[in-house]
Amino acid sequence: MLLNNKLKKTLLAAGTAAALTWSSLSLAADDTIKVGVLHSLSGTMAISETTLKDTMLMLIDEQNKKGGVLGKKLEAVVVDPASNWPLFAEKARDLIEKDKVAVTFGCWTSVSRKSVLPVFEEKNSLLFYPVQYEGEESSKNVFYTGAAPNQQAIPAVDYLMKDLEVKRWVLAGTDYVYPRTTNKILEAYLKSKGVDEKDIMINYTPFGHSDWQSIVADIKKFGSEGKKTAVVSTINGDANVPFYKELGNQGITAETIPVVAFSVGEEELSGIDTKPLVGHLAAWNYFMSVDTPANAEFIKKWHEFIKSDKRVTNDPMEAHYLGFNLWVKAVEKAGTTDTDKVEQAMIGLEFPNLTGGTAKVLPNHHLTKPVLIGEIQENGQFEVVSKTPEVAGDAWSDFLPDSKPLVADWTGKETDGKPCGNYNTETKKCSGQKYE
Amino acid sequence: MFSQILKNDRGGQIMLVVLAAVLIVVPILNLAVAETSALHIPTYLVTLMGKYLTYALLAVAVDLVWGYLGILSLGHGAFFALGGYAMGMYLMRQIGDRGVYGNPELPDFMVFLNWKELPWFWQGFDQFWFALLMVLFVPGLLAFVFGWLAFRSRVTGVYLSIITQAMTYALMWAFLRNEMGFGGNNGLTDFKDILGFSLQADQTRVALFICSGLALALGYLLCRYVMNSKLGRITVAIRDAESRTRFVGYKVENYKVWIFTLSAILAGVAGALYVPQVGIINPSEFSPLNSIEIVIWVAVGGRATLYGAVLGAILVNYAKTVFTGLMPESWLFMLGALFVLVTLYLPQGLAGLWQPLKTKLGHKPEVAA
Amino acid sequence: MSASKLIQLGAFFLGCLLLLSSVQAETSPTWTQATALFKQASFDKTREAVDLLATSHEPQAQQLLQALLDGQLYQHKQTDALALLSDKDPLDLSTGQALGTVNKDDYRKVPINNTLRKYLRSKIGGLSLANPDPKVRLAATTGLLETITPEMLPQLQELASKESDQAVKDALQLGIHLASLSATDKPTQLAAIQALDGNLNPLVRNKLNPLSTNADPEIAKAAQASLRSIENKVSLNASIETLFFGLSLGSVLVLAAIGLAITFGVMGVINMAHGELIMLGAYTTYFIQKLLPNYLDYSLILAIPAAFMVSGLMGILIERTVIRHLYGRPLETLLATFGISLILQQLVRTLVSPQNVPVSNPSWMSGSLEINSVLSITYNRLYIIAFTLLVFAILSYLLRKTKLGLQVRAVSQNRAMARAMGVRSARVDALTFGLGSGIAGVAGVALSQLTNVGPNLGQSYIIDSFMVVVFGGVGNLWGTLVAGLSLGVINKFLEPWAGAVLAKILVLVFIILFIQKRPRGLFPQKGRAAGD
Repeated sequence: MLLNNKLKKTLLAAGTAAALTWSSLSLAADDTIKVGVLHSLSGTMAISETTLKDTMLMLIDEQNKKGGVLGKKLEAVVVDPASNWPLFAEKARDLIEKDKVAVTFGCWTSVSRKSVLPVFEEKNSLLFYPVQYEGEESSKNVFYTGAAPNQQAIPAVDYLMKDLEVKRWVLAGTDYVYPRTTNKILEAYLKSKGVDEKDIMINYTPFGHSDWQSIVADIKKFGSEGKKTAVVSTINGDANVPFYKELGNQGITAETIPVVAFSVGEEELSGIDTKPLVGHLAAWNYFMSVDTPANAEFIKKWHEFIKSDKRVTNDPMEAHYLGFNLWVKAVEKAGTTDTDKVEQAMIGLEFPNLTGGTAKVLPNHHLTKPVLIGEIQENGQFEVVSKTPEVAGDAWSDFLPDSKPLVADWTGKETDGKPCGNYNTETKKCSGQKYE
Repeated sequence: MFSQILKNDRGGQIMLVVLAAVLIVVPILNLAVAETSALHIPTYLVTLMGKYLTYALLAVAVDLVWGYLGILSLGHGAFFALGGYAMGMYLMRQIGDRGVYGNPELPDFMVFLNWKELPWFWQGFDQFWFALLMVLFVPGLLAFVFGWLAFRSRVTGVYLSIITQAMTYALMWAFLRNEMGFGGNNGLTDFKDILGFSLQADQTRVALFICSGLALALGYLLCRYVMNSKLGRITVAIRDAESRTRFVGYKVENYKVWIFTLSAILAGVAGALYVPQVGIINPSEFSPLNSIEIVIWVAVGGRATLYGAVLGAILVNYAKTVFTGLMPESWLFMLGALFVLVTLYLPQGLAGLWQPLKTKLGHKPEVAA
Repeated sequence: MSASKLIQLGAFFLGCLLLLSSVQAETSPTWTQATALFKQASFDKTREAVDLLATSHEPQAQQLLQALLDGQLYQHKQTDALALLSDKDPLDLSTGQALGTVNKDDYRKVPINNTLRKYLRSKIGGLSLANPDPKVRLAATTGLLETITPEMLPQLQELASKESDQAVKDALQLGIHLASLSATDKPTQLAAIQALDGNLNPLVRNKLNPLSTNADPEIAKAAQASLRSIENKVSLNASIETLFFGLSLGSVLVLAAIGLAITFGVMGVINMAHGELIMLGAYTTYFIQKLLPNYLDYSLILAIPAAFMVSGLMGILIERTVIRHLYGRPLETLLATFGISLILQQLVRTLVSPQNVPVSNPSWMSGSLEINSVLSITYNRLYIIAFTLLVFAILSYLLRKTKLGLQVRAVSQNRAMARAMGVRSARVDALTFGLGSGIAGVAGVALSQLTNVGPNLGQSYIIDSFMVVVFGGVGNLWGTLVAGLSLGVINKFLEPWAGAVLAKILVLVFIILFIQKRPRGLFPQKGRAAGD
């Protein structure tokens, strides 16, 4: 099989070479269903995305052992968009047009999703996006299997407010769209709960920021004014390690000023010395430490597949797990891989979460997910300190003035009969993808 | 006139003939041949080739300053990106009220940031002619000011290279800031149409491909023309012996500034054509590593030949496309090895392979840097 | 009899008691009850168990609570026995005896969260105001300060009168003044304001703030004056802190750039793989730590020569195979070394992992040196500044005073002449490049203590390094030092009012403009050899 794949790929390459003066050879064989995997394997995002590629390969492998889908084997088509955003769009086009994939699982950063979005809409193909994100989007061609802000940020703030009696807030983030939106939503939310403007400090830093001395000193000052203070961190990937190290060195512990992070998971923790982080918090929809039979099974399979029992599982992996299984269910229900039919079949489907409970596909293409708050332990795992029942993902936040009147419903029930991703309930108009 | 310009430029002649053939054949095979036919070229390939052509034009621009003027610019990606942003702003304005928030005036990301009105520097970009003007003007002005400052102070060699790098690096951070009003890290995307034509239509894509090809051909001819003129000969003189040229009485700084500005404008045009084809422009285009890569295309193709730059840009990018799909895990090894081997064994680049052949055919070898 | 003697006596008796009870080794009902509560693994139940134990007279209670706080309290999965499992000897808590070697898998950790930690600390703190160890007493007193009320005055005064340790006494005195601020009679309040004048503890400011708008004008005025003088002191300290931040950022820049100052500055090789050589040094640290997991405090020291060797040898390999062929074509070294940097990055991704790897900080690198309540200097930064200066001094010595240094300078200034004088230029080239690369590796060891260690580590430093070398003047080590430190300080002074991103941009613009003024950097190389 492997050899066969390689041979095909070589042929394919020869085909592309010839295609510049001639035409491409269509090698889309009918006996398999192709599944695109669009994750960066090199460049800055490889750190996070390689694992998701492996997850997809494992899921596909497993499904094939069960006999595939609709009696056909699944075949993974892996490409490397190399953390380069225009290349994401190019590779997406490649997957859809050249490889004729039935569905694609991929992307991590918001910008990569924004880059491929027009391609999936133009070619009417499906994308499963597995990462927590800023919301404010609902495309007919995308299923958002990660958390929307109301499935991560707001429950986390509630926990801090109620259980830890936090009165003063530092919203620290990397300067890009996810932290900007999340912080905007949180700011509005906190104010609606009676938090004073003075008691909110917002700070943005560039990508990969490594010198946190001044900012941590500021946070320390902000937190020394007598009220319980917490940091809500939307700091992205690489900048986290130096941030926590500086916190630890400047004497800020989880007890004095706890930090709750939305981008620090098991995978990130496995790459750092966890000592300075112990006791700080993170909010996700999945933790590896959750003790359920389904999760134990998933972890076991992952360790077998990756041939190392040191590797961890994390939230975006669960998102892919859910997304993939829901897609399989939808294809079997629809009896075809046709985009429109699968898309409609998806809505309303349910699949058990790894942490107990069920994920249900909502008409706005988001899932219902429980929100877990965990404290970081020295072994890089999380100790769950709070868990909510399943929360329905909200595409359009109610805490942003411009998106408050918007709803997404791809069944058309709430949107005047016409399926729409951003229907304005005030003007009764649908904008964006289904613009008329 | 062509024969005058392309005299002694066999490589250029061949390149332009091939380009012309591609520009004629590809659209026919895409639009006129049925999709089921083996000869049909799918649209994504056309767009891919269009992208390569804009890269080729960018490489020509770099070769102009590096090969002929001796300035190693590590910041040409900035001019490319600025041209791209100017075009991107036009395309954003064309979305109109089809954005997700349905705001007829403001692009989505501004609604998102709660901005109430369009910032002053976005005014006018709803007009195509204005955007086009800005595509030329903004990179040109930046290059002019930058060059005027740097060349007048006689910043040369690696110092110049590093400050061009500092320039593009600073711009990258600036454009990453959401307060700047250029969409931050997400940049500009989700374009709908250009001059009223849908960007998703095959015809528009083919037209953009042809435009890129024509821009490359014209850019090439312009560079060749400049280099054949007296201006070009002085340029080469500056490259080979700057002090002597100055002592002879030429205002070296002025020549440098003009060539540098011309090159920046060409890069801007390339960027403007690149954006509607790839569908996104974001600050990563300003990344210093991108600018280094452009220099590498030129080096692989062969410096101070112009057609070498075209060849290098297309080949390296094609290799990248193939390898990222074929061997996603190890393509960087191939790319890295390619750079090392070319530098070691082909100091004149791929065009250098052609040199001995040309000598045999009775041409004088060109002076190489 | 003084207080400390009393305490010592108490401790003696307590010790005797402990000894006796551990001999008896009989589990009491309280203990059994607590064990059962811990078993339920719920935070509420754990809290109940803590209450139970804190009020009990169980001999092992305090040790157990401390273990729980440190996250070292474990419960056997079958027997439910409570044990303290740490890096040292495991301990059975019900008997207080050592357990010998245990299998950690048989045990389940007793979970704990922040609320519980805080609660525990207050419980233990209450017990430890009379602790014989002055450090523990100090910590307990400091904890007390945050929740101080006037009712506590007599208790504090009594404690202060008996206290022998100066630091604890000061803390108690501060508590007395803080409590007096909220007193009801004016003279006491005014005296307290007077006494607290210039005190930098943030609690003082928090207490004084409401007083500055007090109905009584005299108190309000006194509080305002006191606040002003405190604010002045605070802002002075803040400037010192910013300067320190700047120097520490600057020393990181210098460290990253100084190897490049040799390969690029002295040899003229535009070494784009410099960042990856730093990365190799950081990975060496990781592997050394992995090889010697029990010697965390020393492995970092060992990593310095190891990283020097690894990166240095890699440098020599690069020089011998690639760069050797490119002398006199400096711009082409850029292309080749860029290729090498891609290969090295992908090599690490393939051989180690695309993920970041964890590098620990030894204990002596953690924490900070507290100068006063608003100014503390973190040890890791302090060491890195010192380390940078040390590396710089050694390099300067090598280049100025040794034979190799002389040869290096000779070859870099006039290769042909140096060869004519009998210098084996090929050997010198290889050694110089190896030296520069080795220093990059050493920088990697230092950076591994501050930031992520992963395949992208090098890329984040390469551009800044070039800026520093060029700003300082190519070929001038001294220039690199001054340039790095001043860029760091400028950046940190800009950051508070411009924000981190804008500060970065402004520094870059500053470099561009500065080069216009001085086209050859801060310290231009003089003489004919300096020409291109």
